[in-house]
Parts: sequence; structure tokens; C-alpha cells
Amino acid sequence: MTIADTLFWLSPELMLAGGAMALLIAGVFLGDASARHISTASIVLLIIALLTVVALNNGLRQDLFGGAFRIDAYSSFAKTLILAAAAIAILMSDRFIASEQLGRFEYPVLIVLAALGMLLMVSANDLIALYMGVETQSLALYILAAFNRDSRRSTEAGLKYFVLGALSSCMLLYGASLIYGFTGATNFAAIAESAAVQRENVGLVFGLAFLVAGLAFKVSAAPFHMWTPDVYEGAPTPVTAFFAAAPKLAAMALFARALVTPFPEIVDQWRPLIAILAVASMTVGAFSAIVQSNIKRLMAYSSIGHMGFALIGLAAGTANGVGSVLVYMAIYVVMTIGAFACILLMRRRGGMTEAIEDLSGLTRTNPGLAFAFTVLLFSLAGVPPTAGFFGKFFVFQAAVEADLVWLAIFGAVMSVISAYYYLRIIWIMWFNEPAPAFEREVGARLGMTAFGSAALLFPVLLIFIGPLVSAARNAAAALF
Amino acid sequence: MNDLLAESLASQHWLSLLTFLPLVGAAAIALRQAMARRGADGEILAKDQAQIDTVARTVAMLFTVGAFVVSVFVYVAYYDPSFGGYQLVEHIEWLGGGVSYKMGVDGISILFVLLTTFVMPICIAASKTIEKRVPEYMIAFLVMETLILGVFCALDLLVFYLFFEGSLIPMFLIIGVWGSKGVKEFGGVSMPSRVYAAIKFFLYTLLGSVFMLIAILWMWRYAGTTDIHALQQTAFPAGAQKWLWVAFFASFAVKMPMWPVHTWLPDAHVQAPTAGSVVLAAILLKMGGYGFLRFSLPMFPIASADFAPFVYALSIIAIIYTSLVALAQEDMKKLIAYSSVAHMGFVTMGIFTGTSQGIEGGLFQMLSHGFISGALFLCVGVLYDRIHTREIAAYGGLVHRMPFYAFLFLFFTMGNVGLPGVSGFVGEFLTMAGAFKVNSWIAFFAAFGVILSAAYALRLYRQVMYGELTKDKLMAIPDVDAREIVMLGLLMIFALALGVYPKPALDVFAPSVDGLIASFDAALAAAGAH
Repeated sequence: MTIADTLFWLSPELMLAGGAMALLIAGVFLGDASARHISTASIVLLIIALLTVVALNNGLRQDLFGGAFRIDAYSSFAKTLILAAAAIAILMSDRFIASEQLGRFEYPVLIVLAALGMLLMVSANDLIALYMGVETQSLALYILAAFNRDSRRSTEAGLKYFVLGALSSCMLLYGASLIYGFTGATNFAAIAESAAVQRENVGLVFGLAFLVAGLAFKVSAAPFHMWTPDVYEGAPTPVTAFFAAAPKLAAMALFARALVTPFPEIVDQWRPLIAILAVASMTVGAFSAIVQSNIKRLMAYSSIGHMGFALIGLAAGTANGVGSVLVYMAIYVVMTIGAFACILLMRRRGGMTEAIEDLSGLTRTNPGLAFAFTVLLFSLAGVPPTAGFFGKFFVFQAAVEADLVWLAIFGAVMSVISAYYYLRIIWIMWFNEPAPAFEREVGARLGMTAFGSAALLFPVLLIFIGPLVSAARNAAAALF
Repeated sequence: MNDLLAESLASQHWLSLLTFLPLVGAAAIALRQAMARRGADGEILAKDQAQIDTVARTVAMLFTVGAFVVSVFVYVAYYDPSFGGYQLVEHIEWLGGGVSYKMGVDGISILFVLLTTFVMPICIAASKTIEKRVPEYMIAFLVMETLILGVFCALDLLVFYLFFEGSLIPMFLIIGVWGSKGVKEFGGVSMPSRVYAAIKFFLYTLLGSVFMLIAILWMWRYAGTTDIHALQQTAFPAGAQKWLWVAFFASFAVKMPMWPVHTWLPDAHVQAPTAGSVVLAAILLKMGGYGFLRFSLPMFPIASADFAPFVYALSIIAIIYTSLVALAQEDMKKLIAYSSVAHMGFVTMGIFTGTSQGIEGGLFQMLSHGFISGALFLCVGVLYDRIHTREIAAYGGLVHRMPFYAFLFLFFTMGNVGLPGVSGFVGEFLTMAGAFKVNSWIAFFAAFGVILSAAYALRLYRQVMYGELTKDKLMAIPDVDAREIVMLGLLMIFALALGVYPKPALDVFAPSVDGLIASFDAALAAAGAH
């Protein structure tokens, strides 16, 4: 493959990198007054990149830079969702940014850079490329978490995220170096060859465990979840919305590739690790969220729980399992964006409110928002016939197929327990006496996002579950 | 639109049309609500709200009656009662991998479809006293009707599950929003008792059902399809049947509800508005019995036979124990709720005998209970609308002021007791006859239920209706009005007709039940041969 070919296949990433730098320069010259235009330009940039990804996807596998990056149906599926989620995140934030006097042009540029890191992550087919992608993403996210630099909570969130993130990077690197030491390779395919002949090698498994720990931090799977609630709560709400959606998807996609491609022969070694992470995450998510009174914190625990469910599919370790992870994450991203759009609409005179009690009687004061939120919450709880049910359905199916019936049963029970706290929000909205109404004129775009994603999850559109599942299975098959 | 309609009529998508018809009504109400005129403060103008309420009531009534008309038409024009297999079958590819959208009815389900469409307009009529948030209320009921009809029509296990679980959502909201007042202390937190009841209802039934979901996944993997008809032909290994049976049992026993997982029912009944109680008692509980007949018996015959003594034991405990509990109740709705649990005990006992009397008796009992318990909850609703309490002690001597009501209430009380001539008798008699064939002791113990039901039902009637009219509040209580007479009268006609001449219903059940028993016995014989 010539260098021109390589760059051609890499064009979405190059576009984002070049575009982000160009926008940065433009921003420096034009100042903060240009923030809105730069936002719009970033959205356009992300959409063009998205279209390029779709156009480049021919279902075949392209190995770039000597196999360090891989473009296939799997990466295209994940990239499409990441770019869409990033574009919507910028779209959702502009009102908030304006009203909180955060109107600085770096904001959309940082999201674009984070998206670039995520694209590299899902294509990474080499330990070094993996680390590069993760760090590109994380550095942008650290700054975003602390973006409201005059707020102590936001700064604290950024710092916490940075310190703990650096720790997880250490674990990741330590694991990678052990794996390199025992296999003599950084490329996933080469690692696979070497791992196949030394299945019982403790050093290799040790490295694998560290790698898993580092990645578990990125997807905020328990017991590596401690940073999540604080960062979610402290970061500005649109940033939290972004954190909860695209990076989780990218990290989960990377997680699957980093286990399935290099270590297919020692699936028995990593399956218990993933199953433990799944069990721990579901449990923490289900029980800790019950006592939360801040909705952003609740969403943090909810996302921990959701990662647990998605990991069930990964624990299966089969093509169907990875496919179910993709289905789960796709539905999760839509639900999360919708839920945060609703949360962003929770504002009264004097700014945002984040207390769950403020939603009291929302069905009386704002029936449209309440209806959308209700659908999203039932979907998050996984109650049929919403889309959230199908996410759980397919991961449980993958688990049953891989003879992990106990894990499926455990997940099912946890989904009932976690249904409680979603129901609590619903009952506060429906059954309680109304609290003062939220401001109405805020962000029509936000309303559209909330409604759009609620509509996507609405049972009428269940017809589209079929195509989503076959696309995800197709993508997952590329890994095997 | 007309093309679409014509096409669906031509290709006989009757069941889908019927199932989703109420949903169209719900969408219409939602649309009208969304177009409401709002004042400067964002509140809907009072005048417009009144108009919307009227529209909602009318649309809900039109669509539920429409669904009833369609269901009767489909039954008369297209359903062949002499054929035991699935009829009016629709099949559309959906998820692939053996999961498709499949609908159809047979002798076991068709009468429940008719029962549903018959009871729903009565529920809407009974909701005339609802004044709070009428459009949402009507939407919830219409959505629920769609989901219930879907449960009885679905011929694909996953589609069934979607409808089965989905029906939790509207019922949850109905109990929670329109439920009665009162505060419940629970775990140191105080919350309105309707909220407690709604949550308990939701989580209890959800927990029961998720095990069924895992079992469904396992069966899908084993058989490669979720088509109910194909699964009924699949012989699952005896060892696996046990687990699958338990998983399905967890779901249906909660729904039914069977002792000891019945405790959500009294709470839900007490808190739900009248129409909610009627739907719950008359239809939602039947999903459990329907599930046993549609899935447990035909798909896991060996396990069903193995577990039958266990089910008998639970049924007899339910019949005797909950009857005794009913005797001690101070709240009218709670009393009827416990009597429902006892009556459902007869159903489970009959179904698991595997005899044609037992199964047909169980089906008949469910049908009859649909009319009678629904009517009893309506009777309580009549009093509640007037006096706003369900305490038995708050009443007495009503017969002096409400003669018509006394007559109707007496009729349904007798139906509940199982007096010959009323449909309740037929069901109880047949289930006990079925049980007697298997083991006379079961029938012996079950017969206590009949005596006890007379005790609690007559006690209720005596304390509420007879005696001196001494309470001040009751002095001016008006008798039932025309609307209430029509609602109760319609139910009375069916309870009486089926009690005097049960053959038409039994004839509809018979072909499908015979087929079910034949394959059940064949599976047991095959298992015995090994």
C-alpha cells in the first residue's frame, strides 16, 4: 500500500486533525466572538467526516501503517456513531455555553480533537496505536471536564479526572509492556500468534489483566469507576452529556478489539475478568444510584450499570457477543444523549437545577418534555417495548449462547433492581405535585434532540431494530 | 390511507388491525392534547381543557366500542370454532434468526380477546368520575388495551413478551397517578400509598418476568426459533424442561397471582381507580393462566406433570388461606382482591390436572371471573364514588336506600360464591371435577374454598347492605343511575347466560383443549417409554 493509499483511507482522521487545527488558528485570530461560528464549523466538519466514513466503508479490511491501524466494518460502525454523537454534543451545548458565559471557541475544537482520538482508538490494531488514541482522546477530555474554570466543582472534576486518568494510563502501559515483553510484538495479529503457543504463561496473563484494568477505567466499569460520579457531577452538563456518550462507545469498541483480536486463543483467561467487571459494574450501578438526589450523579451510576450490561456481551467472547455490545452501545448512546437533552432543559431563573426533586409534577408543567423523558427512562430501565429492552435482550442472548446463563440471570435481576431508580424519576414526574415550571424558551434544538431520541426509542420504530442488529453483527464479524 | 386499509382487510390482517386500533385512538387524543391552547403562564386554558377532556372521553369510548365491534365481527365472520389450531394467522419477518411478527388465535385465546374488548368500554364508562388529567388517563387505557390484545394474539414468544411486559407501563401510571389517597411508611420513608402500590406492582411483576426472558433466550437457542407453534412441537430435554418451567412459572405465578407471590395484588387493587381494578381483575390476571396453557403445559409437558403436585399444593393453600384472609378484611376492595387470589387457585388447580374438565373449567373460571370480579369492583366503585371510602364499617343498611344496587350487588356476590345458575359455579365445578379425577383429596380441600367464599362474600353483603341505616352520610345516598345499571347489567347478562348455558363457551374451548391434551399425553407417554 502506497503512502497515498494510506492517507486516503485515513482521510476522516486527517480531516478532523487538520480541521481542528485550522479552527484553532481561526479562533485565535477572531477571538471569542467567533465561538458560535466555530461551533457551526465544527459540526459541519464532523458531519463531513461522518459521511466520509460511510463512503469509505466497503466492508473490506484495510491495514494501514504496517497493521497499526485497521479500517473495517467494525471501525466504520463505531466511527459513524462517535461522529454523530460528537456533532450532537456540540449542537446541544451552544445555548448552555452562551448562558453560562463559557463562550470560548476552544470548546468545539476540543470536542473535535477528542473525536479524533476516539476514531484512532476504534481503529487501533497495535498497542502503541491504542495508547496514542486513548491519550489523544483523554487529554482533550481532561480539559473539557475543567472547562468551567471559574467553578470549583468543574476544576476539581478536571483535576480528579486527570490524576486518575493518568493512573489508568500507567496501568495500561504497564500491561502493554508486559504483553510486549512476553510476546515480542505490539501488533495485535502478531500478539495473537505468540499468545496461541503460550496460553498458560502467567506473565502474559498478568499483562492482559493490567490492560483490562486500564481499559475498564476508560469505560468506567466497577471497580475502576470511582472517578465517574464526581466528574459527571462537576463537569458542565453538556460536557457530561458528551462524556457519557461517545467516549464510552469508543472505549467499549476498543475494549472489544483489544481482547478479541490479540487474545482469541486465551479467551478462557480473560472471560472471567470481564464477567467479574460486568457483575461488579451492574451491582454498583444498581445499588448506588438508588440513593442519589442529583440527577447527573444518578446518570453517572446509571452509566456504570449500563457498561456492566454491555460487558456481558463482551464476556461471551463470540461474534454474536461483540455484535450485541455494539447494539447495546448504539442504543445506549441514543438514550444517553436524549436523557441529557432533557436534563439540559431543567433550568429555572438563576440557572441550571440538578436535583431530581425539581422534576416534580413535570407532566403537568411541561407534558412534552415529561413524555420524552419518560420514554427515555423506561428505555434506560430496559422495559419492553422500548429500544433499551432490545439492548439487554441481545447481550443476554449472547451470554446464553456462550453458556453464561448465570451471568444473564444475574444481569436480569440487576436490571430489575436498577429499574427502581428510573421508576423513581418517573414517579416524581408523574405522581408528585408540580414544582415551579422550568423556563420554556430555552433551546428548541435541545427539545428536538430529546424528542428525536425519544422517538427513536419509541415502540413504533421497533421495525428498525432488525437493520441495526444486522449492521452490528456484520461489523462484529469483521473482528473474527 | 384507504389503500392501506383495503389492503389490510384483503390480506386478513384482522388481528393486527384489532390490536392496534385502540392505539390509533390514543394517538388521536395525544394529538389533540398537544394542540391545546396555552395561556401566558404555560397552563392550558380551562375552557380548552374541558373541551379536550370531552374529546378524550368520546374518542376513548368510540375506539373501545370500535374494537369490540371489530372483534365480534372477526369472530363471527372469520373464526371457525370447530377447528382447534391457530386461525387468522399473520406472519411478517421482523428480527430474523427465527423471530418474526406472528399473530393468531385459537380456542384458548379467542374468548379472552372478546372478554378484553367487551370489558374495556365498560371501564371507560366507569371512568366518568375521573376528573384529573383525563386525556392521559384515556391514553393509558387505550394503550393498555392494545398491549393486552397483543398478549392474547401473539404467536411469537418475543412478541408475546413485549406485549406482556409492556402492559406494566400503563398500569403503573394508572395506579400511581389516579390512585387513591393515603400515606404508606416503608423502610423509614413515607410515600403516598398509591406510589408504593405502583412500584410494588411494577417491580414484582418485572422480577417475575425477567426469568422468563432468560428462558425464552435459551429456548430460542435450542430450537432456533421463537415461533410459539414451532416451540410447542419442540421436545425440550426433560432436564432443561424443569428449569424452563420454573422460569415461566415465576412470571405467570406472579401475574396470576398465586400464593405466596400474591401480595402485590391487594395493594394494587386498593390503590387503583375503579376502572384500573376492573382491568386488573378481569383481564390482566388472566394473562397468567393463559400463559400456563399456552406455554407451560404444551412446551414443558414432562415438567408440568412433575410439578403438578407442587401447583396443587400452592393452589389449595391459595384457596383456603386467602379465603381466610379475605374473611378478616376491613376494606371492600382488599376483600375482593383476596377472593380473586382464591378463585385463581381453582384455575391453576384445574389447568395442571391435564384433564379436559380441569382445563376447560380453568378457562371457564377465568372467563367468568372476568365478568364477576369486574362487576364486584364496579359495585365497590359505585359506593366509593358516593361516599369516598371503602371501609366496610362505614356502610350498613344500604338496602333501604339503594334497592336496585342491592339487587345487582347480591347477584354478583352470589356469582362470587359460585351459586348454581351463575357462571362462577360452572368453573368451580369443572375444575373440581378435573381435580377429583386426579386425586380426590385435592378436590376435598378445594371444596372448602366454596364454603369459605360463601362466608366472606355473605359477610360483606350483610355488613354493607343489611342492618339499620344509621350513618349520617348514608342517609341521602342515591341509588345506581342509568349508566351504572347499563355497565353492571351487561356484565350480569353474560354471567347469567354462561351460568345457565355454558356450552357455547365450552364448545369454543374444546377443540383447542383437546389438541393440547392429546399432545400433552403423547409427550408424557413418550417420556415414560424411555
